[in-house]
Amino acid sequence: MTSRFNRRTLIKGAAISLGLVGLPSVGLSQAKPNIVIVGGGFGGASAARLLRQLMPSASITLVEENAKYTACPFSNLVIGLGRPLDAQAFSYTGLESSGITLAYDRALDVDVTNKTVSLASGVTLPFDRLILSPGVDMRWGAIEGYSQDAAELLPHAWKAGPQTRLLREQLQAMPDGDTVIMTVPPAPYRCPPGPYERASMIAHYLKTQKPNSKLIVLDAKDSFSKMTLFQEAWAEHYPDHLEWRGAIDDGRVSRVDAATNTVSTDFETLQATVINVIPPQKTGEIADRAGVSDATGWCPIDPISFESRLQSDIHVIGDATIAAPMPKSAFSANLQAKVCAVAVARLLSDLPPQPTVLANTCYSYTTPDEAISIAGVYTNEGSSLSSIAGAGGVSPLGADKSIRAAEAAQAVHWFETITSEAFG
Amino acid sequence: MAAIRLAVPDTAQRGEVIEIKALIQHPMESGFRRGSRGEVIPRNIITRFECRYNGALVFASDFQPAIAANPILTFHTVATETGELEFKWTDQNGEAWSEIATITVT
Repeated sequence: MTSRFNRRTLIKGAAISLGLVGLPSVGLSQAKPNIVIVGGGFGGASAARLLRQLMPSASITLVEENAKYTACPFSNLVIGLGRPLDAQAFSYTGLESSGITLAYDRALDVDVTNKTVSLASGVTLPFDRLILSPGVDMRWGAIEGYSQDAAELLPHAWKAGPQTRLLREQLQAMPDGDTVIMTVPPAPYRCPPGPYERASMIAHYLKTQKPNSKLIVLDAKDSFSKMTLFQEAWAEHYPDHLEWRGAIDDGRVSRVDAATNTVSTDFETLQATVINVIPPQKTGEIADRAGVSDATGWCPIDPISFESRLQSDIHVIGDATIAAPMPKSAFSANLQAKVCAVAVARLLSDLPPQPTVLANTCYSYTTPDEAISIAGVYTNEGSSLSSIAGAGGVSPLGADKSIRAAEAAQAVHWFETITSEAFG
Repeated sequence: MAAIRLAVPDTAQRGEVIEIKALIQHPMESGFRRGSRGEVIPRNIITRFECRYNGALVFASDFQPAIAANPILTFHTVATETGELEFKWTDQNGEAWSEIATITVT
């Protein structure tokens, strides 16, 4: 949504509306509670930083496998435009210097009875409250033939890092005139408009670097986020370089073969030089181990405290949660982290969590200097999250290029703000 | 007009069990839904599907309102002889759409 107000104001405004100002003065019932957070993405890092402010005496441990976090937002620009992957990387040194303990380790299991998390190194961390921000895992095998080994040949690039680089390198190595295929799963998955931003960026790359090549998007859905805006941009910019096929046009992929570089739908088998398989997803595995995920593969939560509906004293935030209508996005994870951090601080101080207002904005680039957006505002009052009618919206159709350029500039500011919020 | 997609093997050995897929684009409007102004959206469904192999019925199905839009059917038959498979969908008003696939049996 294009408007004069700045997203930074919204993020700060939301923080104030959560009652952060008054909280640090609340007397803590526990002298030194142990708070363990698993997963150092936008959710986990944001939660750790806010809890540090809210509870100066608490012991806060963030468990994260990697020394650096590679952010997914803007990673489609790495693939299509050659943005440096380093620009996506963030370290935890800011968190460590603020007194958060970083355990660079893999969380293996959660003992819900004794309230401990066991790590791969053999260390066991006790907790009073546990916050899981495990992100997504791929559902290997949901598409026949798509395994971890196959992903080394047919990258998903749906977790930023080596996979992102691999897809970029494959596009660069591809001869002009060859075909690229991208497969898109049914909802829910991380970043609803992400595949279509990526399709735009790949189509731009082909148009400018491999003009005789084409991208075919095979989608398991018939409609998607910001669909009319994307299709307007595609018709204008990539009529010869991007073909989108929905489920109604046999777009649903049931099988891939890494040995022959082929993709099979119900009625057809297509071959391509580069195949980007975005597979169906589920919550990160540690949530399964903790018993906070259900048969859907995602985690049901109380929308006010983000405490699991299946295990007490364990909270879940970010992509792993069932938080619809909030999308699985970095923005959502950051705001859910703040709501959760305040709730945890209040619960540890024998105060009830309070309902509040949440928001999300997703920017998507359609060309190197044009972007479109969708914004939503939500309330967690009552037993579920719900959209506030009349708030939020999407970019206008048929808008002037200057509006698209202004949103692209806003997207850059948003990225700077959200990453400095999460990682300092 | 409804678009049809078929997946039938081009060739098969005599006696082989072959998989066949058939899709038709159709709204399969159940008659139970209401529009934005509260009016009932009239029922509009396909009621019958038939597949004939050189004229002989090998597979048939009666459709009810619970069948989803753009129905795909997957079924099997035995390849007996070279010839034509005819696929035919008929809606509640008697309008019909059909398509033919050929198969060579060796």
